[in-house]
Amino acid sequence: MLRSIYRVDPIRDLPLAQEFHDSPIGHHSANLQRVLNVLRGGPLKGKYVLVCTIPHKKWQLATLSGERGKPVNLVPNIFFSDLKQAEWDIFRRRWEEHTGEILPIT
Amino acid sequence: MLKITGYADRLYCRPGDTIAFKVNCEYPSYRADIVRVICGDSNPEGPGIKEQIIESSVAGRYPGRQQAIHSGSYITVQDRSLLHKLRSFALQAFIWPTTPAKGRQGIITKWAADNGAGFALIIDEHGRTTLQLGDGTGSIDLTSVEQVLQPRRWYRVCASFDCESRQVCVIQDPLEPVPGFADRAFVSQPCALMPLANDAPLVFAALASGAEGNRTEFQEHFNGKIDSPRLIARALSQAECVAAVNVQLAGNDPDCIGAWDFSIAMSSQIAHDSSPNRLHGQIVNFPTRAMTGWNWSGEKVEWTQDPDQWGAIHFHDDDLYDAGWDTDFQLEISPAMKSGIYAARLRGGDDEEYIWFTVGPAPGERRQIALLLPTASYMAYANDHLGTDGTGAELLNNIVSVLSPHDLFLNERWEYGGSLYDVHSDGSGICYSSRLRPMVNMRPKRENILGGFGRSRLWQFAADTHITDWLEAMGYDYDIITDEELHDTGYQLLSDYRAVLTGTHPEYYSTEMWDAVSSYRDRGGRLMYLGGDGFYWRIAYHPEVPGLIELRRAESGVRAWAAMPGEYYHSFDGRQGGLWARQGRTPQSLVGVGFAAQGFDISSYYTRLADSHKPGAEFVFQGIGANDRIGDFGLIGGGAAGLEIDRSDFELGTPPNAYVLARSERHTDTYLLVPEEFLETSPGLGGHENGKVHADMVFFTTQRGGAVFSVGSIAWAGGLSHDAYRNNVSRITLNVLRRFLDEREF
Repeated sequence: MLRSIYRVDPIRDLPLAQEFHDSPIGHHSANLQRVLNVLRGGPLKGKYVLVCTIPHKKWQLATLSGERGKPVNLVPNIFFSDLKQAEWDIFRRRWEEHTGEILPIT
Repeated sequence: MLKITGYADRLYCRPGDTIAFKVNCEYPSYRADIVRVICGDSNPEGPGIKEQIIESSVAGRYPGRQQAIHSGSYITVQDRSLLHKLRSFALQAFIWPTTPAKGRQGIITKWAADNGAGFALIIDEHGRTTLQLGDGTGSIDLTSVEQVLQPRRWYRVCASFDCESRQVCVIQDPLEPVPGFADRAFVSQPCALMPLANDAPLVFAALASGAEGNRTEFQEHFNGKIDSPRLIARALSQAECVAAVNVQLAGNDPDCIGAWDFSIAMSSQIAHDSSPNRLHGQIVNFPTRAMTGWNWSGEKVEWTQDPDQWGAIHFHDDDLYDAGWDTDFQLEISPAMKSGIYAARLRGGDDEEYIWFTVGPAPGERRQIALLLPTASYMAYANDHLGTDGTGAELLNNIVSVLSPHDLFLNERWEYGGSLYDVHSDGSGICYSSRLRPMVNMRPKRENILGGFGRSRLWQFAADTHITDWLEAMGYDYDIITDEELHDTGYQLLSDYRAVLTGTHPEYYSTEMWDAVSSYRDRGGRLMYLGGDGFYWRIAYHPEVPGLIELRRAESGVRAWAAMPGEYYHSFDGRQGGLWARQGRTPQSLVGVGFAAQGFDISSYYTRLADSHKPGAEFVFQGIGANDRIGDFGLIGGGAAGLEIDRSDFELGTPPNAYVLARSERHTDTYLLVPEEFLETSPGLGGHENGKVHADMVFFTTQRGGAVFSVGSIAWAGGLSHDAYRNNVSRITLNVLRRFLDEREF
């Protein structure tokens, strides 16, 4: 688990959110990676994951319990048909939880 | 969620062998077919699932029945009349408890659960050393010390019962007392009842909980080390307890019932009693041996040099060797089954299970090509919990973790055991892996979080079917052989093949396997290393029992856990464990390339280097343009250079005559240099900045017309089927295979 001193700035870091939106997987700028380290680096308890419900076609949002042996918690009614879209959705959720601000990018 | 699971008694077969399938099924029935597996990738972007149903007398419908797995290690000593004669007695052991607060745990027990009779030296539910006595009437006496045990500290614990005075004493004595740290304790108090003899076994590290049919069940498993248990038929004074630590003094005491020395027969499943009574115990579920004991000074690190300092066994409540299921049906391998990967494919409801096995060639039927399936590596990753328990999984992969039903199943069903990438429930590393249990993640179609972003996401077994698929698409006949048979048979298994191909990730190698591959290479064999991070960790197979490997994650290397000092040497064969590079055998010296970096987001491509135009190596690039990007596509991360990648290094042992043909570039910064490649941390360890983060494609010749071709990338095989096999990854692989099959010298 990371303990970054960096606090994501909901205004100044907006271009980084746009960068992630445009290309969520692969080469990132160092500044975007710093934001991702914060958002991806949380503890296992409550961490967002995806659970495949139809191979190669459908995934459901879920959270880890963080406790060995305890079931993964499926988030009701949140499904994705595209993994990049899922990455963006989870990024948004974490951005908003971390900054307390709505992310004004769709 | 995985209502059908199963395993077989064998991994590799030859015609004439019989293989037994054991099935757990929650449906009333299931359909079984024998299939030959050609491609196990269900990705619609890929070549698709390819299986051939084999006509077989065992195909059909079978009744479903549930079979449970009882994990947790312990030692059981058969009941003897001598144990019924105990009146006064003392029990003693050294313990290093790892989870003293987890609940009741047995240390030395002889307890009949059905009528509450006997004695048990335990940790109670408050974490205190306790003697439990029962007289069979329902009355139970518990004498506990007042202080709790602290985790990962050595204690001498001792309990005695004096039948004349009806006095119980319990001692909890930390070997390194710390001022203000209140864990030393002593209690002496009267006990009204007289413990009743019973016919339960004497058990270490658990309590017998009663019989289910003809099977004794065990519970209240102990987590941690136990060293030097003693059972004496007399209440002992403190001085006598301390003297009994010495196994000879204990054994010489005329009242000694048992004085067990766990440092004897280290690879065995026998707990040796050094007393004249020879109450040898049966060790169940392979708790970890060759573990530093209460008296390890640190001056010696190799247990074979002074086994007395390694008299501890580390028990775990989630150890598993043999699931012990009953057989549901058996198959005799007919001569008509040509060599290949096969499975008993089971279907019921929405569930599907594949109990795979291999068939090797019949005598005289050997083909020219062998694919050496890395089954030791399959076992290393079997039943991994990386998606749910890996603390850094998302950060490391730079991808949200995507879990499959089997990941959720394994998360909730720890009795199926973990992989060598997991830790036990007490945090200690899992260092033994067995195939005598369902390996539910090593199946066709099943994805893995290490398989790269999107696309096929396959790893190990399923990923290797990209190679079988390609061989069939190219029209080649091939034999399937396995690590396990290679270990058992040696060089002779390989010697007649014109070409031997590896799988995508042959990471775990026993000494015997390495020697065989090395001999093959040096006696004219032609090896195609079609993977990455190969020949990395040294393992041992158990010398006697089937289907069990051992690994010590000793110094350096990419380690999911770290072996403790003094615990780097195998219990199975006494050899030093850890990276092969640390035993003086680098992967570069064997195959020209060795593990350099890893990243699990997206893969990249190779470009040609100057060596690729030299006359000796031109054959590799027939039909490939000078400036082509090689493998800028693929089912594993979208490129042929990816996941775990290997580079050449003449200083690390790449042969001096090696051609470095191509090199990958533009890896993401998620790709990081492996820890053994840098002595000091400094900035710039990632793919964007570090000059060592790349895969190298290498070719070199060896004596007697032999040769090695290495791609240095796990993701390579994922590129083979791109655009209906019309691509430069397939072409290069084909060029090399064709040339290797041509007997002419290089």
